[in-house]
Amino acid sequence: MRAFTQITGLVAPIDRANIDTDAIIPKQFLKSIRRSGFGPYLFDEWRYLDRGEPDMDCSTRPLNEHFILNQPEYQGAEILLTRENFGCGSSREHAPWALEDFGFRAIIAPSFADIFYNNCFKNGLLPIALPAAEVDSLFQELVPGYRLTIDLAAQTITTPAGRSIRFDVDETRKYRLLNGLDDIALSLQHADKIREYEAKRAKRAPWLFTN
Amino acid sequence: MPGKTLYDKLWEDHVVHTEEDGSSLIYIDRQLVHEVTSPQAFEGLRLTGRKPWRTDRNLAVADHNIPTTDRDKGIADPVSRLQVETLEKNCAEFGITEFNMADIRQGIVHVIGPEQGATLPGMTIVCGDSHTSTHGASGALAFGIGTSEVEHVLATQCLVQKKAKNMLIRVNGKTGPGVTAKDIVLAIIGKIGTAGGNGYTIEFAGEAIRALSMEGRMTVCNMAIEAGARAGLIGVDEVTIDYYRDRPYSPKGNDWFMAERMWQNLHSDPDAKFDKVIDIDAASIRPQVTWGTSPELVVSVDDKVPNPELEADAVKKQSMIQALKYMDLEPGQAITDIKLDKIFIGSCTNSRIEDLRAAAAVAKGKKVASSIKLAMVVPGSGLVKQQAEAEGLDKIFTEAGFEWRDPGCSMCLAMNADRLEPGERCASTSNRNFEGRQGYGGRTHLVSPEMAAAAAIAGHFVDVSTWEKEVRQ
Repeated sequence: MRAFTQITGLVAPIDRANIDTDAIIPKQFLKSIRRSGFGPYLFDEWRYLDRGEPDMDCSTRPLNEHFILNQPEYQGAEILLTRENFGCGSSREHAPWALEDFGFRAIIAPSFADIFYNNCFKNGLLPIALPAAEVDSLFQELVPGYRLTIDLAAQTITTPAGRSIRFDVDETRKYRLLNGLDDIALSLQHADKIREYEAKRAKRAPWLFTN
Repeated sequence: MPGKTLYDKLWEDHVVHTEEDGSSLIYIDRQLVHEVTSPQAFEGLRLTGRKPWRTDRNLAVADHNIPTTDRDKGIADPVSRLQVETLEKNCAEFGITEFNMADIRQGIVHVIGPEQGATLPGMTIVCGDSHTSTHGASGALAFGIGTSEVEHVLATQCLVQKKAKNMLIRVNGKTGPGVTAKDIVLAIIGKIGTAGGNGYTIEFAGEAIRALSMEGRMTVCNMAIEAGARAGLIGVDEVTIDYYRDRPYSPKGNDWFMAERMWQNLHSDPDAKFDKVIDIDAASIRPQVTWGTSPELVVSVDDKVPNPELEADAVKKQSMIQALKYMDLEPGQAITDIKLDKIFIGSCTNSRIEDLRAAAAVAKGKKVASSIKLAMVVPGSGLVKQQAEAEGLDKIFTEAGFEWRDPGCSMCLAMNADRLEPGERCASTSNRNFEGRQGYGGRTHLVSPEMAAAAAIAGHFVDVSTWEKEVRQ
């Protein structure tokens, strides 16, 4: 996994609440058995005027020019600013895969759906929950070319005017993301504890160890 | 010391290790695997040379891409076919049991788990699917995970988790006529919103929940995720224990007696402390119909489409305006005036035998309205289908003009050939009414099986609690 330390990136705003994972990456693209290549289909139904299908060449598809990510001033955006409950709906990790593949490194919103939030950290993507009023003020300040600096170690966002906003993140998640660490390898360091747990549990609930 | 909630008990029972910040390694008793969210997890194992920690704790089935007609011809879409074949190959390579398309036990992952006794009370259960919350109906801690976590569970039989907060939703008293488990949970989502349960595990309790069958309880927990909670829970009682007796994977002999004793403790203590408690009066719930593009945009069947101008919150108002536009509805329109094009009875929310019986009771001796292009019934599993046919439900449906299909996720998310065309409007017993969910440009109204069957006959929404009487007169 790619580590996340500090970035200064262009911010793209999507002013909409409850953006679900079906909107982030529609189901037809979930038929892929690969982990990459979802970026061109990110927000497919909002981004293009035609119906998207897997393996389509997106460079020739008609674009919805009203959609924010299609506008010239937001090309190369790395930070997504949006509203509450972002990523609600299905558990598809294809949603963070698509966001990351598109080029996003961080998402700022008042709240995130739990499964989506968790999935982001497995993919080098940093979801930042800020109070709704703070998100509102970022929306107010935002003009084309607006860039924010995000420092994960310091847990701060710095605005172009130099204002610093602190954000919360779990220590374990922060450590793993800062170092780009593989969760499985870390968990397997506790292999003895897992076996010990299994041995105790097999006595109390033997039916979980017989079939 | 205050008592423990059911969630506290299940959590404590599965902690292997806890870090200083509260992140814990918790043991997973059962992983369900399906074709959509597993290929990259198996690929991850291959790339790192890791083996599954315990093959016997995984059970796989293909459900999302599976055709519901002409099974003998295989899967027509080559991309879908490759995904299903990939699951078969991966299960064979890693030694995991899979129910394939030809197996009578094949079906929607959240229907077959309880049906087989593969998901049991007291377990931790995960699947790369958000509707894993369904299994919490049996007093198990069950939640959806992403593909990286599927790989993590395969490799370690554990997950890194932080404990959620406890929420209790009590549905007090008795429900009125025509009100089902689906209406209860839609009413709850309407009240607390789709983000209301974020960060919580929700336990459902109260007289109206206790009165539900296991199937009804699964419908309620299934949609906990639609209220934002990864896991929903219902305490164990006699209904739970009776349901799991003699299931193929249920404990046998002395193990059964041990299990039964252990499971009887799977309820919140009377003095347990919850972070949030919500009380709902069951008698106030009417049959529900969603009108928008989020499950929280729901009203009673006798209501009208709401007016965004009356909404004070600017963000909510904007969502309502967008939803009305997408759904092609006008504020003030009566719900019963909404005409449908297609009817879908199925999905992990409402495809169990009880759901099919309820829909069949409404459809019996009647005909699907000529304005309905397609009304389909998709049983949740091969065994549900077999049972329904033994009871003659298939005949009731086909004589009324419904199509009787093979089991799978089908038009809940339209990954197979079953889908809405742009602009089509559907009464659906599934769980999500998001834009494009049932097909590009399709419009979804979430309802109970009874409400869907009645809408098929009438061609528009009707109030099932009074409609039967009207038809007879």
